[in-house]
Amino acid sequence: MNPQQAQTTIGEPNTTAIVFFLAFVGLTLAITYWAARKTKTTSEFFAAGGGVTGLQNGFALAGDFMSAASFLGIAGLVALSGFDGLIYSVGWLVGWPVVTFLIAEPLRNLGKYTFADVVAYRLKQTPVRISAALGTLTVVAFYLIAQMVGAGNLIRMMFGLSYEMAVVIVGVVMILYVLFGGMIATTWVQIVKAVLLLGGASALALMVLAKFSYSPLALFQEAVNQYGPEVLAPGKLVTNPLEAVSLGLALMFGTAGLPHILMRFYTVPNAKAARSSVFYATGLIGYFYLVTFILGFGASVLLGRGAITGVDKGGNMAAPMLAEAVGGTPFLGFISAVAFATILAVVAGLTLSGAAALSHDLWTHVVRKGKSPEHEQLRVARLASLGLGILAILLGIIFKGQNVAFMVGLAFAIAASANFPALLLSMLWKGFTTRGAVASMVTGTLSAVILIFLSPTVQVELLGNKEALFPLKNPGILTMPLAFVVGWVVSLVSPEPEAASRYAEVEHRMHVGAEADEPTPSAPSKTSATATPVQST
Amino acid sequence: MSQKTKAEELEALAAARWRVAAVLTAAMLISYFGFILLVAFDKPLMGKQIVPGLSLGILLGALVIASAWVFTGIYVLWANNRYDKALHQFRR
Repeated sequence: MNPQQAQTTIGEPNTTAIVFFLAFVGLTLAITYWAARKTKTTSEFFAAGGGVTGLQNGFALAGDFMSAASFLGIAGLVALSGFDGLIYSVGWLVGWPVVTFLIAEPLRNLGKYTFADVVAYRLKQTPVRISAALGTLTVVAFYLIAQMVGAGNLIRMMFGLSYEMAVVIVGVVMILYVLFGGMIATTWVQIVKAVLLLGGASALALMVLAKFSYSPLALFQEAVNQYGPEVLAPGKLVTNPLEAVSLGLALMFGTAGLPHILMRFYTVPNAKAARSSVFYATGLIGYFYLVTFILGFGASVLLGRGAITGVDKGGNMAAPMLAEAVGGTPFLGFISAVAFATILAVVAGLTLSGAAALSHDLWTHVVRKGKSPEHEQLRVARLASLGLGILAILLGIIFKGQNVAFMVGLAFAIAASANFPALLLSMLWKGFTTRGAVASMVTGTLSAVILIFLSPTVQVELLGNKEALFPLKNPGILTMPLAFVVGWVVSLVSPEPEAASRYAEVEHRMHVGAEADEPTPSAPSKTSATATPVQST
Repeated sequence: MSQKTKAEELEALAAARWRVAAVLTAAMLISYFGFILLVAFDKPLMGKQIVPGLSLGILLGALVIASAWVFTGIYVLWANNRYDKALHQFRR
């Protein structure tokens, strides 16, 4: 099979793409209109009233997590380097079991809208919430920059729109979802997106495999014939084992500290539904990465690497080009619209989790000391979403043309260092104290940000210096243990008997749940909105 | 007296859950970092084709992905049966 010199219409206005995109935006805005009428309280705004089923939340978690970067980026990486793309896919997935085992159920039982609810449960509200909001907002900011810049570039490439125009469209549509429809609209946008992305990627993989008598091995063998056996072997991606382990730790435990992922566990009625939702999500995301792997090989075999790098040096257009080659311009249009929808769902989730930190943690608990009336909380929540949405657009435009791919890795490193250690210690260790929690979260955030700044990624690749002060690209291996040790040592030297005396209550609630959460036997999860537990603060 | 046994019951329940969670987390750590370290230290082994078109690396990578789902499934099965039953007993 000779790779055809691809004649691509990528980057030209594509009627099908525009029709599909408008249909998606129309459908999701209709959902938002419906959701807006059901969003009257903060519980509905931030947690969809706890009325999302386990299966729905599984799809929404997958929709929250599968970014355009992983769809287009990993397919491109596989197309250009073969096996190495799989290393990334595996890394992005392995955090999910950790979320299931350690975090999902206790979080659901102890908190209300943010992970700070759990850490602050028996500690002093003000200092804990401020430091947790610092960690959350840092993670959200870096993740948002990476998503917005990626969105601008991808949409410019696929639709031929200007970069700024693309960023503004993504920002405005996302603001509409979050501002009016809150978590209910965001959840459904994520579900629709997950179904479209999984369906689109599966259809594309089937069309590719049809050319190889439905055998992935025949496809891989053809890649070997074209590019040699190296395509099936590890290449240049992992050379330094320490670097690989450090990135691996950040990915594995960072997922368990991502605010927009953690927040989704408050949308289900009880711990049992939280547990099953991660099971669905892990299956969907794992399946998606396996499909992406096939798409990457399909692109390299059917299009040829030269044609792919001819359109985009990074290989990001491999999947859309493949869609055009096997399904024609209409299918290219469909896949492009799906990639657009994918970006929207991720930024909506991020913005909502940032708004929860601003309004629920900082305004309600720090500024108003927990005495803010409901209507005021909802107004602040909406203002925070609007502000963050506008900020996302501005950041997207400011960082135009910058290499921001490292920021997602950075967000994972901060999440693993700032959020995860404090969250785990607060659930497991009676002796954890306010000062310990604050020290752990602040150390985790600052050490991760500083070490990334001193890393080769920023010093050598971005600033063009000869060498970097810190040798590793990802600081996870140092900063995550550091946050644990600091949290532990500071707690030991600053005992807090009051916090320790309330541990029994935490332990009870963490495992048993609030009374309202008790699942009725034989009826696994109800769709009706159950009362969200009242946070004892 | 009954208060104390209730507290002990919860203690046992919590200990059981954290034990299962720790074992499964360790299993995931071993399978993932085992894969990464093999990739880092023995590239020729990972590139070896078991059958034409399928290298050991691809097989193991796919198995790590499958194992993530299987471990999660084992936990959910355990929790839905054993743990929730014990919890139900405890709530009475």
